[in-house]
Amino acid sequence: MAATAGRCGATEEVLAYRRIGAYHSLTFVAPDMAERARPGQFVSLGVAGGGTLLRRPFSIYAVSRHGPWAGTIEIVFDVVGPGTRWLSGLVKHDVVDIVGPLGRLFPMPQQQVGCLLVGGGYGAAPLLYLAQRLQQANLRVDIVLGAATQDRLFNAIEAKRLSASAVFTTEDGSYGTHGRVTDVIERMFKDGGIGVVYACGPMPMLAAVSRVAQRHRIAVQVAVEEAMACGVGVCMTCVVPYRRDGDVANVRACVEGPVLNGRKVVWDEIGRQPVGDVATGDTATAANPALRP
Amino acid sequence: MTAVDPRAGASRLRSDQVDLRVDLGPLRLDNPIVTASGCFASGREIERFFDIARLGAVVVKSLTLEPRGGLPTPRMAETASGMLNAIGLQNPGVEQWLATELPWLQALGVPVVVSIAGKTVAEYRMLAEYLRGQPGVVAIEANISCPNVDDRNVVFACRADATREVIQQVTRVATVPVFAKLTPDVTDIAGIAEAAVAAGATGVSLINTLLGMAIDVETRRPKLAAVTGGLSGPAIKPVAVRAVHQVHQALPDVPIIGMGGVRTVTDVAELMLAGAKCGGRRHRDVRQPAGRHRAARGAAALVR
Ligand SMILES: Cc1cc2nc3c(=O)[nH]c(=O)nc-3n(C[C@H](O)[C@H](O)[C@H](O)COP(=O)(O)OP(=O)(O)OC[C@H]3O[C@@H](n4cnc5c(N)ncnc54)[C@H](O)[C@@H]3O)c2cc1C
Ligand SMILES: Cc1cc2nc3c(=O)[nH]c(=O)nc-3n(C[C@H](O)[C@H](O)[C@H](O)COP(=O)(O)O)c2cc1C
Ligand code: FES
Repeated sequence: MAATAGRCGATEEVLAYRRIGAYHSLTFVAPDMAERARPGQFVSLGVAGGGTLLRRPFSIYAVSRHGPWAGTIEIVFDVVGPGTRWLSGLVKHDVVDIVGPLGRLFPMPQQQVGCLLVGGGYGAAPLLYLAQRLQQANLRVDIVLGAATQDRLFNAIEAKRLSASAVFTTEDGSYGTHGRVTDVIERMFKDGGIGVVYACGPMPMLAAVSRVAQRHRIAVQVAVEEAMACGVGVCMTCVVPYRRDGDVANVRACVEGPVLNGRKVVWDEIGRQPVGDVATGDTATAANPALRP
Repeated sequence: MTAVDPRAGASRLRSDQVDLRVDLGPLRLDNPIVTASGCFASGREIERFFDIARLGAVVVKSLTLEPRGGLPTPRMAETASGMLNAIGLQNPGVEQWLATELPWLQALGVPVVVSIAGKTVAEYRMLAEYLRGQPGVVAIEANISCPNVDDRNVVFACRADATREVIQQVTRVATVPVFAKLTPDVTDIAGIAEAAVAAGATGVSLINTLLGMAIDVETRRPKLAAVTGGLSGPAIKPVAVRAVHQVHQALPDVPIIGMGGVRTVTDVAELMLAGAKCGGRRHRDVRQPAGRHRAARGAAALVR
């Protein structure tokens, strides 16, 4: 039993905490997880403070398998609530309960094609990890990163280093192109040479990128973000409507995802009641059926 | 139950070194730790975290006659020491479950309690028919905390007569003991338990979630797409202890499977001291998938 548990969950020590622009980063000594982690996967962290109960999921940003610490993994995060605030207060040698690596990874291209990586905000983090892998496989990598403001563009320097070309967009024009990522990728698709798009960022951005890719008949893999309770596939909290076998099914972002085929996600149906499935039997719906948000 | 032996260090006890067996009427389990329906799926996902075969039993996610896609997202909202969920009983339907999931559980050799959920009394009966004589299935848990479409969507377990009707139909066809899973959202839970037992239930599972609601004050909208949802987690543990106590007082011989906010060994012990025969753990699966066996060992130290 201890051996089984050790495979996926452990208490890991903080090796480093640092600030990266508007974001925070934590590096953990986690040789087992470092060994198994792949780009696109995530870890689920037990947090304390503010009455928090559930684990918090974070994409894996960087992995080191060697060196004095045997193996480390790094995550990047934005402080948005009590869980992330608690994490931002950790210091070296603190310990955190981590489960991972979890979820489906970014599939590597089967052919020599150009890869376009599109990231929004901290969504750039797992893409930079992927860029490294793609470069090692001698694939051409182009990167587009977008954010609201310059300090929320994650690690532009590394993006430049890991790509043949890197384009940045900010919504306030404080850095790079004034606008959104979708404003620039359309042109890149037209220029040709791109065989696959990988994207990570806010859901509306993923939806927009997927639509553009679909229009140009380009494969698109997106890492989605959906609220999770268990993170391991047992509770059905994190579902995304997805086309499968000619049908639409609610697939779990934590096991069938977080990386999904962007052309199969039914973006318009997220948060909508599926047709023909109104009557349910949870205690939840015993409520006043007239009340709908 | 006997008093706690202070020398019995929980960390040194192995669950197979102590006799942890519990009898739930005719049903004997190797140990008192079972899963709570709905946060364990059928176990495949949890297998990598611990040895499922060492659980007293697994209680699987409620099955319905037809596959269900469930409710829209957001399906979950975290609340103080708890969470609200409105999943909508997403499940593959009984037929597919029997074809793909049950054989897998049978191969593990773990006793399976199948939770069933219907929209009508007839649906419960049909579900029980599907389960007749299925090897490995040791009990049925009738999740009657569901709205009855034939009665203005009033939850079956909120009315003694509807409870009696469902349990009668299920026990009539079932070949294994039947447990009724009750909602605490009632005035007299012991009365409902009495109705279930009078209709043939072997015992009761207490408690299902409490109906709750949370609103995002910035957007002024409910946090759940379904508006309301079931509250679970440590926040509801005192309600579970109370419900178990009340039913145990009224029906001292009826086996109770206790659940609701169980996180630690002491929580299991608390439910058992209130009168439960075994403890269902859900939040631990969510928060700590690897933690179950520590609890089984600890419970041994505490309640034997
Ligand atoms: C697969 C995946 C990967 C992620 N990777 C990153 C990452 O690399 N960096 C990063 O900063 N954030 C990431 N997130 C979002 C991150 O999990 C949330 O920001 C975090 O859980 C917020 O917790 P909190 O207590 O600070 O905020 P609160 O808003 O108080 O959290 C309340 C509840 O809502 C959930 N929640 C809140 N925001 C989100 C969100 N955007 N997505 C999913 N659940 C949310 C929380 O998990 C918690 O259950 C990821 C989410 C997923 C699902
Ligand atoms: C995500 C989730 C899904 C659930 N699904 C079911 C279900 O399908 N059938 C059922 O009888 N109870 C279901 N429950 C209720 C639990 O089995 C349990 O009774 C309740 O959550 C209280 O225990 P807890 O506080 O330990 O979670 C669900 C609970 C949660 C949190
Ligand atoms: S978070 Fe529980 S199934 Fe995905």
